[in-house]
Amino acid sequence: MRLRKSTAAVASVFALALTATACGSDDGGSDGGDGGSEGLTIGIKYDQPGLGLQNADNEFTGFDVDIATYVAGELGVEPEDITWKQAQSPERENMLKNGDVDFIVATYSITDERKQEVSFAGPYFVAQQDLLIRAGESVENTDAINDLNLCSVAGSTSAQKIQDNFAEDVNLQEFGGYSECLTGLENGAVDALTTDNTILAGYAAQAEHQGKFELAGLDLGLENYGIGLPKDDTELQEKINAALEKMFEDGAWAEAVEKNLGPAGFETPDAPEITEGS
Amino acid sequence: MFDFLDLQRYDLFGAFWVTAQLAVFSAIGSLVWGTILAGMRVSPVPLMRVFGTAYVNIVRNTPLTVIILFTSLGLFQTLGIAMGGESFKETNFRLAVLGLTAYTAAFVCEALRSGINTVPVGQAEAARALGLSFTQVLRLVVLPQAFRSVIAPLANVLIALTKNTTVAAAIGVAEAALLMKRMIENEAQVFLIGGIFALGFILLTLPTGLLLGWVSKRVAVKR
Repeated sequence: MRLRKSTAAVASVFALALTATACGSDDGGSDGGDGGSEGLTIGIKYDQPGLGLQNADNEFTGFDVDIATYVAGELGVEPEDITWKQAQSPERENMLKNGDVDFIVATYSITDERKQEVSFAGPYFVAQQDLLIRAGESVENTDAINDLNLCSVAGSTSAQKIQDNFAEDVNLQEFGGYSECLTGLENGAVDALTTDNTILAGYAAQAEHQGKFELAGLDLGLENYGIGLPKDDTELQEKINAALEKMFEDGAWAEAVEKNLGPAGFETPDAPEITEGS
Repeated sequence: MFDFLDLQRYDLFGAFWVTAQLAVFSAIGSLVWGTILAGMRVSPVPLMRVFGTAYVNIVRNTPLTVIILFTSLGLFQTLGIAMGGESFKETNFRLAVLGLTAYTAAFVCEALRSGINTVPVGQAEAARALGLSFTQVLRLVVLPQAFRSVIAPLANVLIALTKNTTVAAAIGVAEAALLMKRMIENEAQVFLIGGIFALGFILLTLPTGLLLGWVSKRVAVKR
């Protein structure tokens, strides 16, 4: 009797595990697998103002969203057939590997380590690491960074770069998110927030922050934003690259930059050169 | 498979050393503060009982992340309490110890209070009849027996505390969880890196549990 009880318990655990995984692969199959014909599932950030942000009405706005919508349009998918999915930074590779999404447009920097796991199309934007400071203040050059109290997001590339390349003993406060840094910047606990200028511009352009902060305009390193694809999907890569080329040429790209990042005094740079491809 | 594990670049042992330091300092702090709280909760002074009860119920029902973030955003950034730290690094470490101590003490207090309840009431009454004051009764008669009976529950609290130190990454203390974020950001190996850090925590907590389990058997009061 005792044995039968435990067997039953074990069996139900297995059954649960099986159904759970079955659900997972079902999801992946239906909206991720064949993609293109009936719709697309695209991974974006949900919490990055100016790049990919979910608003109260469940709509998505931002530069990454505009890029994704344009590319999807070129692949023959109407905006209403796009399923958005949140792609948080640590999960991006696995989402592509598991087929949860068709591609990812989420401030995804092209690096050699990532290219061993996934493929990229683009880049569609070259971001510069910069500082966000209180309006009216200025930082003359990169040497002055050593004397500042900086803030960035824990573990992010920007936080590492600033320590490795510019200011080894810099007083760096790391937080879980950018909004905590903005609180500190506003009340004077830190002097500058550092990360990609796109992200900074997105925050500075938010209605509640307008006029309070500005970019310092320093060049602390480049990040090539690419569109993340399942590894070695060269067909999709070529199609997306072609779509991006078209977007650069017909002015839609510059318009998207201006619309999403412009309010923070962000000057529209030249379109990047497509480097990913076989 | 493990090429990403570049120990020159990632100070894995240093990060776990910070985790261990956080755990040890907070454990000492919360043991002291938790004992005081337990004393308050059983004290004859109504005001102390009210304070102890209110503290325990408020703190243990507040998410740890909120407490830790409050120490940084509230105490440090808004009120300017830097705890004598010269840089963000020192300040954050001390604030994290403060937050973890404040939180864990509530659990230590409750574990200890259950231990106090295992001491027969007659002993406290006998001690009172001999003319011992309340603190003497607690210090000489009740608490020595109470501690011996709650080693195992306190071990649980200590293990939970060790794992809770990861929350300190939210205010930028360079402990294991922060290094994990950094490595995942650079290396795109979420499972392997997560596995390494899970293993690290098991190596920290498993011996703690086994050792304290053995101690609790050794020192248990046989009744």
